Amino acid sequence: MGGGVRSVSDSIGVRLRRAGDLILLSSVSMGAVLMLAGTPASAEDWGMGAANREIARGAVFSPVSTPASEIATLAWFTLAITLAIFLTVGGLLLYSVIRFRARPSDEQREPPQLYGSNPIEFAWTAIPLLIVFVLALTTVRTIYDVQAAVEPPNAVHVRVIGHQWWWEFRYPDLGIVTANELHVPLSDPAHPTPTWLELESADVAHSFWVPRLAGKTDLIPNKINTMWIDPHQPGIYLGQCAEFCGTEHAMMLIRVVVEPRANFDRWVAAQRMPASPHDAVAHGRQVFQTNACASCHTVQGTSAHGTYGPDLTHMMSRQTVGSGVATNTADHLKIWVRDPARMKPGALMPAMNLSEKDLDDVVTWMVTLK
Amino acid sequence: MSNVKPITMEAAAHTIAPPAILHPWGLPSRGRVGMIALITTETAFFTIFVTAYVFYIGKSLTPPYPRDVLSYPVFNTICLLSSSITIALASRALNAGAIRRFAVLWIITLALGVEFLIGTGLEWHRLIYHVGLTIRTNLFGTTYYSLVGLHAVHVTIGSLAIALVAMLTLAGAVTQEHAERIEMLSWYWHFVDAVWIVVFLTVYVVGTR
Amino acid sequence: MAGTIDDRFALDAGGSELASANALPIAGKLHEWITTVDHKKLGLMYIGWGLIFFLVAGLQAATIRLQLAVPNAGIVSPQVFNRLLTLHGTAMVFLVGMPILTGFFNYLVPLMIGARDLAFPRLNAFGFWLWFFGSLLLYFSYIGGGGMEGAGSAPSVGWFAYAPLTETPFSRGHSTDYWIISILLASVGSTATAVNLIATAFSMRCPGMALNKMPVLVWLAVVDAGLMLVALPPLSAAQIMLLLDRYMGAHFFDTQAGGSALLWQHFFWIFGHPEVYVLVIPAFAFASEIIPVFSRKVIFGYEVMVAASCAIGFLSLGVWAHHMFSVGMTPAGNAFFVTSSMLVGIPTGIKIFNWLGTMWGGRIRLRVPMLFAIAFLFQFLIAGLTGIILAVAPFDWQLTDTYFVVAHFHYVLIGGIVFMIFAAIYYWFPKATGRMLDERLGQLHFWLFLIGFHLTFDTLHFAGLQGMPRRIYTYQPGRGFELPNLIASIGVIFQALGMIAFVFDVIKSLTSGKPAGKDPWDAWTLEWSTSSPPPEYNFADLPTVHSRRPLWDLKHPEDPDWKYE
Repeated sequence: MGGGVRSVSDSIGVRLRRAGDLILLSSVSMGAVLMLAGTPASAEDWGMGAANREIARGAVFSPVSTPASEIATLAWFTLAITLAIFLTVGGLLLYSVIRFRARPSDEQREPPQLYGSNPIEFAWTAIPLLIVFVLALTTVRTIYDVQAAVEPPNAVHVRVIGHQWWWEFRYPDLGIVTANELHVPLSDPAHPTPTWLELESADVAHSFWVPRLAGKTDLIPNKINTMWIDPHQPGIYLGQCAEFCGTEHAMMLIRVVVEPRANFDRWVAAQRMPASPHDAVAHGRQVFQTNACASCHTVQGTSAHGTYGPDLTHMMSRQTVGSGVATNTADHLKIWVRDPARMKPGALMPAMNLSEKDLDDVVTWMVTLK
Repeated sequence: MSNVKPITMEAAAHTIAPPAILHPWGLPSRGRVGMIALITTETAFFTIFVTAYVFYIGKSLTPPYPRDVLSYPVFNTICLLSSSITIALASRALNAGAIRRFAVLWIITLALGVEFLIGTGLEWHRLIYHVGLTIRTNLFGTTYYSLVGLHAVHVTIGSLAIALVAMLTLAGAVTQEHAERIEMLSWYWHFVDAVWIVVFLTVYVVGTR
Repeated sequence: MAGTIDDRFALDAGGSELASANALPIAGKLHEWITTVDHKKLGLMYIGWGLIFFLVAGLQAATIRLQLAVPNAGIVSPQVFNRLLTLHGTAMVFLVGMPILTGFFNYLVPLMIGARDLAFPRLNAFGFWLWFFGSLLLYFSYIGGGGMEGAGSAPSVGWFAYAPLTETPFSRGHSTDYWIISILLASVGSTATAVNLIATAFSMRCPGMALNKMPVLVWLAVVDAGLMLVALPPLSAAQIMLLLDRYMGAHFFDTQAGGSALLWQHFFWIFGHPEVYVLVIPAFAFASEIIPVFSRKVIFGYEVMVAASCAIGFLSLGVWAHHMFSVGMTPAGNAFFVTSSMLVGIPTGIKIFNWLGTMWGGRIRLRVPMLFAIAFLFQFLIAGLTGIILAVAPFDWQLTDTYFVVAHFHYVLIGGIVFMIFAAIYYWFPKATGRMLDERLGQLHFWLFLIGFHLTFDTLHFAGLQGMPRRIYTYQPGRGFELPNLIASIGVIFQALGMIAFVFDVIKSLTSGKPAGKDPWDAWTLEWSTSSPPPEYNFADLPTVHSRRPLWDLKHPEDPDWKYE
C-alpha cells in the first residue's frame, strides 16, 4: 500500500494545513475582502448540484410519511403558540420602550417607584403554566404516537449501520446488502407497508436523518435504536448524517428511493443476484481481487469478501459514489479509485496507486456491476 | 447625566430615622461557608464516579467479577470510621484549650488514616498481582480502581494535611485560636469518611451481589 | 457628623490606582498585575483576556462563515474546518463566556456588598492563573506537539466531544488531550472562583446588608456560583474518565469493551445544560442592574426575581437530556425531559415580565447600555421561545443537530449574553477606568452589531428547517441551503465592523474619554459611592446600608427605600 510514502506526504500535508490554520487565525481582513469580492473559489460539485435540483425540495414542513406528518402538525401548533407569545410580550416591550422613553421635556423628578405586585406576579406565573401544560400534553401524545407505534407483521426490515463516512443497509429478510441508498416500498395509507429501521453503528455515533420521512434517530455503538417510516409518495428523498462523526461528517449523505411495490420487488430480485461474470473485463476483475480492494469490499460471486467498505456487488445500480459526493459515472469512478481524497478529503479509502492500465481495467469491470 | 448632588445629613435629619441595624453585625465565617461550598462541589464530583460504577455493575464482558474477588474491608472501614470520632474529639479538645489531649487524638487520627491507605494498598496488591485485575482488564477494573482510587486520593490529601498539623502541633505552633481552622479540616475528614460509606455500600455490598 | 456621600463611603487613597501604576516602569507594572490578589485587578484581567479570546474565536467563526458562504467552497480543508468549529465553540464557552462573566462578578460583588475584597483573595488569584494557563494550553495545541501519525494537534471533536469519537482508535495523537486538559484546568479555576463568590456573599457583607437587601446582581452571583459548584464537577469527572481511557487503557467510554457512548453524553449534558444557565444568569444579573437605573425605577418584584433565579438554577439541573431526544430514550424518558424543560421557561418568563414591569411607567433613558439591554430583552424572548420549540421532543427530532439549534443557542449566547456583556462594559467601564466610553461610537457599535447579528442568526433558523445539519464543512448546491448561508455570512461583515467600532471606542476612551466621576449614571448601588476607579481597598470606611438602594436613600431622604422593603 506504499505506507511509507503515504505517511510522509501526509505529514507534510498536515504541516501545511497547520500553517494554514495559523494564517487563517490572523487574516480576518483577507476573509472580509474575499467575502466582499463575491464568490470564494468553488470546488467542483461532481454533478451533484444538477442531480439535487432534479429532486423535489422541501424538508420538515413537506412531510411524505406518517412520523414526519405528525411532527409537522405538532410543529405548526407549537409555532402558533410561540408566535402568539412573541407578539404579545414583544408588543408590550416595544410599547413600553416607546411610551415610557425619557423626553427632553420631562421634569427632573424621578417617576413613581413601584416595588412589585403580587396579583400581577401571580397572573404572569399562572398563564405560562397553563400554556406549558397544554403544550406538554400535546407533545407527549405525539411522542407516544411515533415512538410506541407497533410494528405490523408485513413491515420491511432494514438494518442501518453507520460507518465513518457511509451507510450500510442490510435487508436480513431479503438477503440484500447495499450502501448509501435506501430502497423502500411505497406505503398505501389504506394498507400500510411501513419500513422498520434498526440503527447501529460500527464505529462512532451517527444520526440518520431524512427530514421528509421522519425525525432523526442516532446510531450509537453498543445500542440498537429503531425508527419507522411509511412514505406515501414515490420519489427520492435526501438526508444526511446529523451527528458529528469526524472529518467527512458533511459528506455522509443519504438517498431514500421510494417506489411502488412492484418496482421495489424488481429491485430486490436484481440485488439478490451475484455479480454477473463478464469475460471481456476479466483483467479488471483480477485487479480488484488481487489488490487491497478485496480486503475492504465485497462483490458477490468473486473472491472479494471485505466488510470494511460498502458492498459493491451492484454498485452501478446506485446513483452516487462516495456516499453522495459525486454522480455515479465511469469518469467519477475513475477519479474516485485513483484518489478518493480528491472528492472526499479524509475518506478512509486509500488512493489505490494502480497503474494507468490497471485503473482503466478495474473501472471498466466495475461499471459492469449493475 | 448630571452628577450626584451632594446630599447632606442635615437633609436626612428631616426624615424618619432608618431602622437600627442589628448589633453586632454577625455573619458566618468565610471558612465555614467556603468549606461547605467545597464539600458541595466534591459531592457532585463523587456522585458522577459512583453513578458510573453503579451503571457498569454487571456489564463487564470478561472475568474477574466483583463477587469472586472482593471481600469486605472490615478492618479498614472500622479504622476510617473511628478516625472520624477521634478527629471530632481532637477538635473539641483544642476548642477547650487542651493541647496535649488534642495532640494525642490528632496523631491517633493520622495513624488510622495511614492504616486505611496501607489496607487499600494491600488490597490493590492482591488484586493486581494475584487476581490479575487492572484498570484495563474490564469495566469492573476500570470503575473499581477509579472510584476506590479517587477516594484514596482524598484520604491521602487529608492525611497529608493532618500530618502537617501534627508536625506544627509537636512544634508547639498550634493553639486554641486555631480551633476553627482545625474544625474545618475535621469537616473535610468527616466528608471523606462519609464518602467511604457510600463507596463501601456501592462497591462491596451492592456491587458484589 | 454632617458630610456628603464622599465622606461617608469613600476614601480617595491619594489618587487613583491608574495614576500610581503609571509611576512604575513597565516591569514593575507587570509584576504588580501578575502578583496581585486584588479582586478588581483580577476581575479586569479575566475580562481583558476574555475579550482577547472573543476576538480570536470570533475570527475563527468568521472563517467558518466564509467557508460556508457558498456551496462546495474550498477555503479550508475539512480537517481545518473541524478544528475551527471545535476551538470556536470550546473557546467561546470556557475562554470567553466564563472568564468575562466571572470577571464581572469578581469586580462587582465586593464593591456592591461594601466589602474590601473577596473572601479568599489568594484563592482568587490561584483560580485566575489556573484558568489562564488552561486557556493558553487550548490554543497552544495549534503550534505545539506533533502528535502521533501526523494527526494534528488542535482538537477536532466538537465542543461536546462525544465518545467514542474521542477514544484513542478514532482520535489519535494528542489533540483531544489538549481539549481535555485545558478545559479541566479552566474548570478547576472556575470552581475556585465559585467557592470564593459564595463565601464572599455570605460572609463579607457590610453592616445592614441582610440577605434580602443584597443587590439582585449579588443574588444572581450566588445562584450562578452555586450552579458552577454542582455543574462543573460532572464535566471534570467525565474528562478524568476519558483521560484514564486514553492514557491507562480504561474502558469508561470504550464501546469495544462494553463501555457506553451514552454515558458520556449524559455526563456532558449534566454539566452542559446548567452551564448554559451559568453563562446566562450573569446576563440576567447585568440586566437587573442596568434596566432599573436607565428606567429610573426600582426593580419590579425583587423577591420574585430572586426566587425565579433560584428556581431556574434548580430546574436547570433536571433538563439535561433534552439535548439527547434523538438518542433513542424511552417515551417516558422523553416525556419527563419535555416537561421539565418547558417548566424552566416559566421562571425565565417571569424574569422577562419583571424587567418589563420595571420599565413600565419609568422614564427610559436610551443610552448605550440600555440600548443593548433592550435588544437583549427582545432577543432573549425569541431565544426562550425557540428553546420551548426545541423542548417539543418530536419537533426536536427534526431540529436537533441542525442549524436551527445553532441559531437558537447563538441567540442565547450572542443575542442574550454578549449583548448584555456589552451593556455591562458600557455601564461599568467608567467605574473601572474613570472614563466614559464614547456615546456615538457606542451607538455605531450597537446598530452595526445588531444588524449583523440578525442577518446572520435569523436566517440560520431557516437553513436548519431546510435540512442543513450543523458542523458540516460544506454543502452541495441544489438543496436550498445557498441563500440563508450567503445572507448569514454577509451578516458577519456588519458584526466585524461593529467590533472594530467597539475596539476603537475602548482604545480611544482609555486615553481621552470624558472623566466619569463617581456616579455618572445617577445609580443606586454601593459601587457608585466610591471613586472611579475605586481605591485599592474600595472603601475607607465600610458603609452601612438600610435598603437595597443605599444611594437612593441618600439622594431621596424624603422617601427612602427602606420604608417599603
